[in-house]
Amino acid sequence: MKIFAFIQIDDGVVNRLSVETLTGAQKLAAATNGSVTAVVFGAVPDDLKTYKVKEILNVQAAELEDYSPLYYIEALSRIISSESPDTVVFGHTYQVRDWVPRLSARLKLPFLVDCIGFKTDDNFTVTRQISQGKINADMAFENPSLISFQSGAFRADEVESGTAEVRAIALDLSAVPGTIRPGEKYQQARGSVDLSHAKVIVSVGRGIGKEENIPLVKELADALSAELGCSRPVVDYGWLPHERQVGSSGQTVSPKLYLALGISGAIQHQVGMKGADTIVAINKDENAPIFEIADIGIVADLFEIVPKLTESIKAKK
Amino acid sequence: MKSCVLIKQVPDGDSPVVIADDQVSLKGEGITWTTNETDGYALEEALLLKEAHGGEVVVCTIGKDSALQVVKDALAKGADRGIFITDPKFDNLDSFGKAAIFAQVLKDENFDLIFSGLQSDNSSNAQTGLILAEFLGTSHATMVIGTEWIDESRIKVNRELEAGWFRWTELDFPASLTIQSGINKPRYASLRGIMLMKKKPIATVTAEDLAMDEIPALSHIKKLYVPRKTKETVFISGSPEEIVTQLTDKLENEIKVL
Ligand SMILES: Cc1cc2nc3c(=O)[nH]c(=O)nc-3n(C[C@H](O)[C@H](O)[C@H](O)COP(=O)(O)OP(=O)(O)OC[C@H]3O[C@@H](n4cnc5c(N)ncnc54)[C@H](O)[C@@H]3O)c2cc1C
Repeated sequence: MKIFAFIQIDDGVVNRLSVETLTGAQKLAAATNGSVTAVVFGAVPDDLKTYKVKEILNVQAAELEDYSPLYYIEALSRIISSESPDTVVFGHTYQVRDWVPRLSARLKLPFLVDCIGFKTDDNFTVTRQISQGKINADMAFENPSLISFQSGAFRADEVESGTAEVRAIALDLSAVPGTIRPGEKYQQARGSVDLSHAKVIVSVGRGIGKEENIPLVKELADALSAELGCSRPVVDYGWLPHERQVGSSGQTVSPKLYLALGISGAIQHQVGMKGADTIVAINKDENAPIFEIADIGIVADLFEIVPKLTESIKAKK
Repeated sequence: MKSCVLIKQVPDGDSPVVIADDQVSLKGEGITWTTNETDGYALEEALLLKEAHGGEVVVCTIGKDSALQVVKDALAKGADRGIFITDPKFDNLDSFGKAAIFAQVLKDENFDLIFSGLQSDNSSNAQTGLILAEFLGTSHATMVIGTEWIDESRIKVNRELEAGWFRWTELDFPASLTIQSGINKPRYASLRGIMLMKKKPIATVTAEDLAMDEIPALSHIKKLYVPRKTKETVFISGSPEEIVTQLTDKLENEIKVL
C-alpha cells in the first residue's frame, strides 16, 4: 500500500500524535508490503529526517507556514491528485478535525476518523469506537482513503528510525479564497491550581448529578489531602472552574492516585489522566469505558460509597 | 441574520448499548432518545445571536419518525421554524450522505450561519458540518467556544485548541460553525415556549421531494463488538461497608496514600 502520513508541525515542532501515526503508517506498510511517505507543509524540522520513511514530501507555499484550513485543503487535495496515494493517515488532532473532513468532501474520499487501529487479515479495515467508547466498529471502505488515528493508538517510542530524502513541491495557492482568517493563538491565563504536580487527585464527573453534591467529593479530597479534578461537563455546567478540568482540552495529570467518581472515561478525558500510577474508578455502569483503564474498579452508586469512604479515611488519620 | 441549526437525535447516555444479531447494528429496544449534547449548545448560540442582532433561526434534522421530537424541542426553546427530513431511504447515511441531503435542502435558503454540534454522541464522526460547508461553498470553523458578531457579512469565532489554547478566527458569511460544549448555558423550554411551538411551521421533506435516491455510504460497518479489556482491573464488590473497608485498606497498604 502506498501510504502518505501527514505530519503536523506546531511552532516548528513535530506534533506527538503525528509521530504516533507515523509508527502506525510504518506498521501498515510492513503488513502490506508498502511504503510510507511523510508529507510536511512548510519548513521540515530536523528530527523528522531521523525517521524511517521512503521520502519526505515537502509542500511549500507562503500560505502554508501557519495553519489556515482552506489553504491546507487545497494543498493536500492537489498532492493527493498528483501523487495518488492509496491512503493518507493523520493524527486525530484538533487541527485535523478542522480541515480533513472538508478535504474528504472535496475529493469524495471516505474519512475514517479517530481510529484505534487497523486490520489487514482478510480485507483492510480500521477500528473506530462508537457509542461513547462502549462499542468497537471495524469499518470497511475502498481506497483511496483518509484515516485519522486516536491519541495512543500507536506508540511514538516505537517509531522506526532511518534516513529520508526530502522532495520539495512548490504550490501556487494564490487563488484560494481568503474567507477564513485565523488570528493569533493564545493561552488562557493559568489559574492558581496546578493539577500536574498533584500526588492524589479526586476527580468528579457528570455522575455527581448536581452542583449541590460537589461538597461531598470535596470532603473526600480534603480527607485524602488531594486536589479536586473533574471532567468537562462539570466545567461546562459551571460546577467547578476550568482550571480543574482534566483531559485533552484541560490539564494532563500523572498523580500517584487518580480516583474517578462518576466519570465514564471518554477518550478526551483518558488522554489527560491515563498516566496516573493507580486509577481507581467508581461508576454505577459496569460497561463504562473507565473500567478499561482502571486498576481498581468499583461498580456502585457513588453516593453510597463516597461519604463512608471519607469517614473511613478520616478515622485512619 | 438568518441561521440554521442542524440537530441530531441520539440515544441518551444511560440507554443500553446492545449489539444486534446481525453484528453490524445496535438494538433499538429500551433506548431513550434525546438531542445530541453539543447540538443543544449550537441551538442556544444561534438563539443568543438572533436575540442580539435579529433574524430567523431554522432547525433541521434528518431522522426517523421519532426525530421530529428534537425539532419540536428546539421550536419550544425559541427557534422559528423546522425542517424535518425523513425517508426510509435516508436511514443508513454516513456523514457524506447526510451533508449531501442537507446541502440540497438548504441551498436556496441562503443562510448566513449554519450551526451544528462538533460531533454526535453516538457515531462521533465530527464531519457533517464541514462536508456541508464544502458542498455549499461557505467558510467554516470547528470547536467554536465563543462568537462575536462583527457586521452583516462577518463574524469572529473563538476556536478551542488543545490544552487550554485558543484562537480567534474571522469568517465571512455564509459560514458553517461546529460548536463545542460549554460555549453558553442552554435554556430550558418555558411553558409559553411549548404553547408557541404548537403554532410554528415544520416542513417535512422526503426523498421524493428532493428527487434524490439512496446515497451510497463511503464506508460501512463490517463488525461491531465489545472492546477487549487491555488492563487487569481488580474489582472490589460487596456491601458499601465491605467495599469501603477493602478500598481503605488498599489506599493505606498498597497505594500508600494515607
Ligand atoms: C474535542 C473534545 C474535547 C474534549 N475535552 C475534554 C476534556 O478535556 N476533559 C473531559 O473530561 N472531557 C472532554 N471532552 C468530553 C468527553 O468526550 C466526554 O463527553 C466527557 O469526558 C464525559 O464526562 P463524564 O464522564 O463526566 O460524563 P458522562 O460521559 O455523562 O458519564 C457519567 C458517568 O457517571 C456514571 N454515573 C452516573 N450516576 C452515577 C452514580 N450515582 N454513581 C456512580 N456513577 C454514576 C454513569 O454511569 C456514567 O458513566 C471533550 C470532547 C471533545 C469532542
